[in-house]
Formats: sequence, C-alpha cells, structure tokens
Amino acid sequence: MQLEVDLKLQLGDFAFSAAFDVTGRQIGIFGPSGSGKSTLVNLLAGLLHPDRGRIVLNGRCLQDTDAGIFLPPERRRVGVVFQHAHLFPHLSVRNNLLYGYRRTRPWHRKLPLPEVARALDLEPLLERGVACLSGGERQRVALARALLAAPELLILDEPLSALDHGLKEQIIPFLRKALRRFEIPYLYIAHSLNEMRLLTNRMLLFKKGTFHGLADVEQVARERMSRCDFGYLNHLQLGESREVGDLQAFRWGRTELIVSRREGSEPGLFELASKDILLFKRHPEALSARNLLEATVAELVPCDGMIGVVLDCAGEGLVATVVKEAAAELELRQGSRVFAVIKAVAFRRLL
Amino acid sequence: MLEFAPADYQALWLSARVATAASLLVLPVGFALAWLLVFSRLPGKALLDGLVNLPLVLPPVVVGYLLLLLLGRQGWLGGLLARFGIQVVFTWRAAVIASALIGLPLMVRAIRLGMEQIDPHLLQASRTLGAAWYDTLLTVVLPLSLPSMIAGLSLAFARSLGEFGATIIVAGNIPGITQTIPLAIYDYSNTPGGEARALALCLVSIVLSYVVLLLSELALRRFGWGTSRRQGSGSRAALRKSPSS
Repeated sequence: MQLEVDLKLQLGDFAFSAAFDVTGRQIGIFGPSGSGKSTLVNLLAGLLHPDRGRIVLNGRCLQDTDAGIFLPPERRRVGVVFQHAHLFPHLSVRNNLLYGYRRTRPWHRKLPLPEVARALDLEPLLERGVACLSGGERQRVALARALLAAPELLILDEPLSALDHGLKEQIIPFLRKALRRFEIPYLYIAHSLNEMRLLTNRMLLFKKGTFHGLADVEQVARERMSRCDFGYLNHLQLGESREVGDLQAFRWGRTELIVSRREGSEPGLFELASKDILLFKRHPEALSARNLLEATVAELVPCDGMIGVVLDCAGEGLVATVVKEAAAELELRQGSRVFAVIKAVAFRRLL
Repeated sequence: MLEFAPADYQALWLSARVATAASLLVLPVGFALAWLLVFSRLPGKALLDGLVNLPLVLPPVVVGYLLLLLLGRQGWLGGLLARFGIQVVFTWRAAVIASALIGLPLMVRAIRLGMEQIDPHLLQASRTLGAAWYDTLLTVVLPLSLPSMIAGLSLAFARSLGEFGATIIVAGNIPGITQTIPLAIYDYSNTPGGEARALALCLVSIVLSYVVLLLSELALRRFGWGTSRRQGSGSRAALRKSPSS
C-alpha cells in the first residue's frame, strides 16, 4: 500500500493537519486520545470533508480539494473496523458479514465467506442475531465483515479498546492471524504500545491534531521503557520445544530457553519484562534460575536513572534494565561480555 | 340496544376507508420528512420542523379552511385539478387529504423518535462497506425505522378516525359520501331522539380505535430487535462533539 496524504481541517478549536507519504503493509497510527487519530480515519474513509487537501491511495486519487475531486465512502474501497463493532442489529451474523461482500464488484472480491468465517472462528455464530454476541465475538464479526468487502486499505480504529483486558488477549491472536493470512494492508490505530508492537512495525505519530513523523515501533518502545512499570517488554519468538524434566525448552535462535510448563509447548510469541533479567559480570554457579545466557552488550540506553542494556545473545536481541549504580559496578560498556540470568516463570505467552 | 341505520354503516365504512387511505398516504411523506429532519444537513431544518408541526397546533378548522381555499374551484391547485376533471372538495378525497394533513405531524414525530435512536455509526459502517446513501437509506434506516413507522401508522389512523374540524369544512357533511363517524355523531346529537344512535356510534369508534392500538402493539412486539438496537444510542451526541479519538 502506498498512501499519500496532505490534509487540513479546522473543527471548532481543534486544528487537524497531516502531511505524509507512507509505503508498507502494517502501519500504526499512534498518539494519545484527542490527538486526531480518528479524525484521520474519518477523512481517509470519506466520512469527513477536509477544508483543504488531497489523499492518494496506490496512485488512485480519493480526494483533491484543489481539483474538486471527492470520492464518496462507498467508492473509496477503504474499509473501517470501528472501536465499537457497529453491527447491523436487524441482520443475522451471516447477513452482516455479506453486507459489504454483496456490494463489492465480483472481480474485486478476494475471500469467500466460509474461509473468513473459519479463520475467525465464526462458523457456529452465522445464523444467530447480533444482539446475543459477546464483545469479542462482535469485534470478530466486524473484522470479518470488513475483510469480506476486500478493501484496498483496511483501517482498524482502536478495535480492542472497548474490550476488557482478558478479551483483548484472546482476540489479538485472531487479529494477527487473519490480517497476515489475508494480506490486506492495514492502518492500525491505538494508544496502546503493546498492541502496536504485536500488529505493526512502523507507525505514524500524532499529537494534538498534528502529524509528528514516522517511527519504528520497537524504537519507541525502548525509548519509553523507563515510563512503564515493567521497563521494556521483550517480545521473543520461540520455536519448537522439548520436555526437560518438569519444564519446557524452546528453541530461540541458536540457543534454548527454559520456560515454565504452564505456558504450553507450541511455538509462539512470548513476553519477558526487562526487569526480570539479571546480569552478572562473571559466570555464576549453582543458580535457582533456569536460564543462563552469555551475551555481549550491544548498546546502552540511559533513561531516567535506569539504563537499558541491549544485549546480543548469539545473534538474538534482548533488552534488560538495571539501575545506574549496578551498571557502574558491572562496568558495562558497549562490547563487554555479561551473563544474563532469567527465571523459567518470567516468560509469558502472548500468542 | 345498539341499532344502526344504513347511513350509519356507510359512515363506518367511509371512516375506515378514509383513515386507512390517509395513514398510508402520509406514511412515505412522513418517512421522507423525518429522514430529512434527522439525517440531512439541510440549512432550514428548524423552519421545516415548524412547518411540519403546524397542523398539530393550529385549530383543525383553520387547516380545513386553508385547504378549501387551496383545493376549491378558485384555488390554484383546485383549478389545476379541475382542468383534468378531478374534483376534490366535498368528496371523500378531500376527507382523506384533510385527515392526512392533520395526521402528518404525529407520523413525523413517531418516525423521527425512532430514527433518532439509530446509531449514526451504523450508517457510516454501511457507507464504508460500499453502500451509497440511498442504499443505506433502504437497507439500514428503513428496516430500523419499521417499529416507529408502525407506531406512526396507528397514531395517524386513530387521529383520522376522530378528524372532524378540517373534514367538515373541506369535505362537508354529506351522508353516504363524506359523512364519517364523528360527523354522523354530530348530526345525531343535534337531532331530537338521536342520543341512542349517537351513543352506538361512539361505542363503535371506541372499539375501532382500541383494536387499532392493540394491533399496532402486537406488530411492534414482533420486532424483537427493536429494543436491542439501543446499544449504540447516545453516541450521536458523542459523534457530533468529538472531532478526534
């Protein structure tokens, strides 16, 4: 997807302005609430008219105030999954799903209903009315409905923010799987950095209605590590596993990580707080923790009295945080060798 | 105790016919007006709103007299219709038009109340899914307004059954042609010894109105989803207010 935007809009006291040119498949839009993210969504979808500006999607001009071009929402092929699902209450789940599909030209349609329903686990719900769906089910139906219309660009406008924490964790895997599998380019809007890290790799930053530049998601996460209670949350993609006594050993690059059995045995994405990694200068002996890794310090990132230590463990990256005094005692420098110690229970499965 | 003259049966039949025609006539007009008032960005919305509600506050006699001026042989519309050989004034058509006009504000109010309950986000969702505005109107707004349309129909029907002031002016009180139940009751009440017949017609109109109310209540119950669509209400204000997030 290639998206070119240059928009200005004044809404009462709120001034919105954005000019960017972005190419990619999984782009985030990040900013606190009131920063203009949803205004951008409405402008892109054609639900709001800008005072001035243009939008070009994949070389197709959706809007140009100078040339007097305005494509109405139904002709933009920009799909939106809203914060609340906004399912049609008078239609069954099946007819909700088919609403956009039936209005999509046959040669534009990409995915058949059964496939999408299977991927999002909606098959048992198809004949139901939408009033009796749970919050998570509603969001899945909304996502499937948007996917079936085969948009050129799908906008997910904080689709998880109305769900409680437990539900969020259940629905993220579906979202990730469906979005990757069906290869529809998307803009993901959120104010949670964790969601961003799971679903996008680069993001557009917004503040007070103004576009503030394009950033790498991991970069921003590292910069913010001191503000979060857990420091930085490492996301580790672990491979096949084998049983080791009561624990599970997962392949991680060229080494193995020992993880508590309750996190399951399938390959997946795991979370590890930077504060749960202990650093030693010399090889410690007889540990209670199950993981001992030899690592090289790749980078030191100071922030607010803490120091983020970016480690290189046989090619795999890992971030630990230590206080300044500890860093001095360990004589941490770029390139110095350390031993990282992690408990088996410190890992938490994300996907 | 109840006894009816042939003219009474005619009045009954005529009343039912006039009320049915008037409420069916006013249904699409009311739907269109309610849609304009709720969803459009029309500049003179307040003026239109006032105009629609005028028959509700004006004395029906005034409405009837204005209609007479408009539809009479000297009126511009009446004159135009007369050229095609259509006479409206003092026929049952005039009774229908009078009833429709008097019932219009009730119909618009009922449908409007229902439409205001529709979450505007649903219309946006439908647009982004590829539906043009008229498609959205037919496949989202119309089905979600059905319960309020039924409510509007029953209100307009009941109001038509009782219409008196405007009807007597523009349609007259001709037994067998334009004499509806209220007009017949009025005649009986002015005739010595007509009390029993007046009372009989009163009973009939009570029963008729009551049956209509029951039927509409029953029809509303069939639309179970009418209650579930409130999930998004309140977001209309939020949508207008917040430009962001």
